[in-house]
Amino acid sequence: MDIIQILQYSFIQKAFIAGSFVAITCSSLGLFLVLRKMSLIGDGLSHVSFGAIALGLFFGVYPMYVAVPVVVLASILILKISEKARVYGDAAIGIVSAVGIAGGVILASLSKGFNVDLFSYLFGNILAISMSEVVLSIILSAVVLLVISFFYWDLFSATFDEEYAKTTGIKTNFINTLLTALTAITVVLSVKVVGIMLVSALLILPAVSALQISKKFKTALLLGGVFSLVSVISGIIISFVLDLPPGATIVMLNAIFFALVFTYKKLHKR
Amino acid sequence: MSSIVEIKNLSVSYGATCALEKISCQIEKGDFVGLVGPNGGGKTTLAKTILGLIPSHSGNILLFGENLKGFTDYSKIGYLPQKHTGINPLFPATVAEVVILGLLSAKKWPKKINQNDWYNVDGLCESLGIVNLKNKLIFELSGGQQQKVMLARALASEPELLILDEPSTALDPASREVFFTRLKELNSQKQTTIILITHDTGYIGQYANKLLYIDRKMVFFGKITDFCPSGEMESCFEKSDQHIIWHQHK
Repeated sequence: MDIIQILQYSFIQKAFIAGSFVAITCSSLGLFLVLRKMSLIGDGLSHVSFGAIALGLFFGVYPMYVAVPVVVLASILILKISEKARVYGDAAIGIVSAVGIAGGVILASLSKGFNVDLFSYLFGNILAISMSEVVLSIILSAVVLLVISFFYWDLFSATFDEEYAKTTGIKTNFINTLLTALTAITVVLSVKVVGIMLVSALLILPAVSALQISKKFKTALLLGGVFSLVSVISGIIISFVLDLPPGATIVMLNAIFFALVFTYKKLHKR
Repeated sequence: MSSIVEIKNLSVSYGATCALEKISCQIEKGDFVGLVGPNGGGKTTLAKTILGLIPSHSGNILLFGENLKGFTDYSKIGYLPQKHTGINPLFPATVAEVVILGLLSAKKWPKKINQNDWYNVDGLCESLGIVNLKNKLIFELSGGQQQKVMLARALASEPELLILDEPSTALDPASREVFFTRLKELNSQKQTTIILITHDTGYIGQYANKLLYIDRKMVFFGKITDFCPSGEMESCFEKSDQHIIWHQHK
């Protein structure tokens, strides 16, 4: 089967479109998260999305419609817990993500009927993405990317030196809230692509690969996007041809990119 | 003369520990204030409280006649922090990008950097002798070079008030002279108000016109000409330090 034939399948076309948008959104946001040492917030919020999806299935509502607001609220809760309760950020992530998982498990146990649906979200399947999910991915990705572009210099300054950013009038608390809320939206979008278990890889790996070899922030942003896009597109094709799970294939390709750029950097230094 | 910074009965605490107690002073336009005191005396705390980075426990700060809580014109203030520990070491930021961050205070949302801004950054880097570094990554530079970049960042918005927290510690002697000459030029030609925290009493005597000595409480605030070496001041300054300040100023 050649590439032209593969591209003629409508489910592949949908996977390409949604995957491309999610890939670029994840890599752009991931760069700020990695540099702010907030990488694991993606992991924590993906666990919350497990509970939120279970909530949607429990009440018979389309899970993504429930997951977006619930995960956004959870992201704000993480910030508030670390600010108000004098708890470190990683501990706050741990608290909220554990509650998310526990809530999901309890709802799954109570319903006794949607376990198969719920567990399909754990590893995702971009090849089974619906048209409404493609539209949702495009809209939400566009929102996230537009917000990043409007707040580019605020994010840049607050990420480089938060204390100095405050002295230039940048509302760093607002920027932190904005960043976590955007991460929440992106995590929900990525669940269909790579699944709850692997979402954080899509946020972290392209960014850390790009940072290995970039001499400028904008280059890192661009390279991260390229790594992410190439791994999602080739991951979809490889998983279809070799009958592999697409989410895991995409993550493994991202990991291969990281290994390659890391090796290149080491050899180049010598 | 108009007041640039007016501090009234300011107290700051870290939990149960009192860091500053009832500080009051008035800094006028064109003042060059040497802010001195022992380690842990509250110099950096005072600077950060003026900048709104640390909340006050009681008292009031007016910046350019406006209450600190309602103050929004941050482009009037330039700040050079004590240590660059806040800088993210993995962040691939070039010198030019770091300097341009100082311009953000003058921008309205959505903040956009135009060609003219980059041109201005070039000029500023040129005047501080770091134009050859502008495309280098900030974490590739030496401590002294980073310090010059941070000074350029503080000067980018052409501020009316400069707060410098131990700015010369990483600089070699030649760079120190260039650095202080530049400060004096800004102070005398553009009437830039300067608050300089330093342990280098020689430079205070040479360049500052006012002295603010704090050791949690205010010990001395006034013109350097009013500061005379005396037995009373020996609890604050070593005898030799008093004479350095006095003689350098003369």
